[in-house]
Amino acid sequence: MNNWRTFCTRLREHPAATGLFLALVTLVLAVLSLCVGAVEVSPAQVLRALLTNDPADVSARVVLYSRLPRTCGSLLAGAALAVSGVIIQTVLANPLAAPHIIGVNAGAGLAVTISCALAPMTAMRPLAAFAGAMVGVLLVLLFAETTGASRITLVLAGVAISSIFSALIDAVTTIYPDALIGYTDFRMGGLAGVTMARLAPAAVLIGISLLAVFGLTGLLDVLALGPETAQSLGLSVRPTRLLFLTLAAALSGAAVSFCGLVGFVGLLVPHAVRAVVGEESRPLVVCSALGGAALMTLCDLVARTVAAPFELPVGTVLSVVGGPFFLWLLVRQRGGRTHD
Amino acid sequence: MIELQQVQAGYHKRPVLRGIDLEFRPGEVLALIGPNGSGKSTLLRTALGLLPCTGGQVLYDGVPLTQLSPRQVAQQAAFLSQTRTTPNITARRMVLHGRFPHLSYPRHYRPEDRAIVQQALEEADAADLADRPMNELSGGQRQKVYLAMAIAQQTPAVLMDEPTTFLDIAHQLGVMEMARRLAQGGRAVVLVLHDLPLAMGGAHRLAVLEDGLLVHSGTPEEIYTSGVLEPVFHIRQSRTKTADGWRYFCELPQKEEG
Repeated sequence: MNNWRTFCTRLREHPAATGLFLALVTLVLAVLSLCVGAVEVSPAQVLRALLTNDPADVSARVVLYSRLPRTCGSLLAGAALAVSGVIIQTVLANPLAAPHIIGVNAGAGLAVTISCALAPMTAMRPLAAFAGAMVGVLLVLLFAETTGASRITLVLAGVAISSIFSALIDAVTTIYPDALIGYTDFRMGGLAGVTMARLAPAAVLIGISLLAVFGLTGLLDVLALGPETAQSLGLSVRPTRLLFLTLAAALSGAAVSFCGLVGFVGLLVPHAVRAVVGEESRPLVVCSALGGAALMTLCDLVARTVAAPFELPVGTVLSVVGGPFFLWLLVRQRGGRTHD
Repeated sequence: MIELQQVQAGYHKRPVLRGIDLEFRPGEVLALIGPNGSGKSTLLRTALGLLPCTGGQVLYDGVPLTQLSPRQVAQQAAFLSQTRTTPNITARRMVLHGRFPHLSYPRHYRPEDRAIVQQALEEADAADLADRPMNELSGGQRQKVYLAMAIAQQTPAVLMDEPTTFLDIAHQLGVMEMARRLAQGGRAVVLVLHDLPLAMGGAHRLAVLEDGLLVHSGTPEEIYTSGVLEPVFHIRQSRTKTADGWRYFCELPQKEEG
């Protein structure tokens, strides 16, 4: 235990080393994700496919039209959902909060479903998802501010909001059965049907939001001290909270727009990274983005290889890992030993 | 100087403070005392703009608080809140947050900020804690770090809400000594205190609140001779002359027999 603590303290003194390590792990997993599958492709073939873009080459077609969008999707969605989790936990001062728990992902999911049913324009989908996620965020924020709810109550409220959104998704897909055609495993979260065309607009939104969050980590640090201390240090707390929740909604919404209702990345990754690099926002955000990208890519690899030739939705694998973690966190929270 | 003029404030339309007139003077330790629920913390929060006035006004060097941005207020007054979130960061990083009101975008700490933080850590007797994680510090050690953060903010006024709660007697006396040192340096120091002997022995001036009203303010001598503490706190006060000045005591009044 003491060795682990000493190790973490040393890592905390060198957050760049942790970042580099995570970047290396992410790179290795990304290469594996491009190589491993029903058709084995060597790293050299991957490189050739990326450089020559030869449509006559079978392995190049597999890499370019199936593996590359999928790998980019897992990296982007993982990074976006993990950073969204960091923001939501910090702003709501609630370690149990995460985009899929407080109804943000479900709000985005509902908006995507409605968008698919009414206006099948791919480019608009991330924006619709962002709007849906924003509704989820605002509902939770309103609930937290007006009731002063405890952490557990806020989580329960999030579960209720998620249930309402999920019921509405069911209603829309019942009326428009073709709404989610092309979205394999949307309800569980999956990357099987991801294309570059679907990914591009979401990637732009995720890229801009991640840059904005990284540029504003100084504010997130002060916000983490609690609203009263933050305001006494000169921070305009309400507008800052709203700004960060908007960025969290943009990140979650953009991810949900192409990979469906993936859960637990935004809960699991920030906690794991926080345990290693501490709570200083800049290394926390950077390492969570890398950690989220790595976890999502790893789970996607597992999802498509563990029961081959069958493929599990990546959300299923994440739930198997994340569910017990959430239970452990709940028990720990009830014991009053987290974030007191 | 911070002035409260006929200040009224409260929560959810329930008035707590009623027509408070008070000054936080430079070079002076002011102790706010009063029974639970008398409005001491509310007064501090109102003076800082964390709670809006429903009547009267707060002036910072003659300028109404409503005309100042949160950043401008933070450059004038540091605040040690009663309820704090303790993030898992090092003590030095925590104290660096005290420089936040003085930074502009992109909020990178400059060498002079780091020098001020080091000095503040030394002033607060927390230099040896600088590289330790906050969540591994004891209550007294954390209080020293928060004090260092307030010192690093370099404001003319420092307001502390119950800074001695949960501290042992040595740390309580340490906080009072620090408050007097800050006042000696020309700052206005305001503390909410529950320990009457500590307040009477350490503050230059006391303000006694009861049920949202300022019932008396003055030096410890004036407060003692007025006898105001006995009806407000339902106690019996006494004092003894020592080499260092008066030592004040409180006890429950004796019940009448029969």
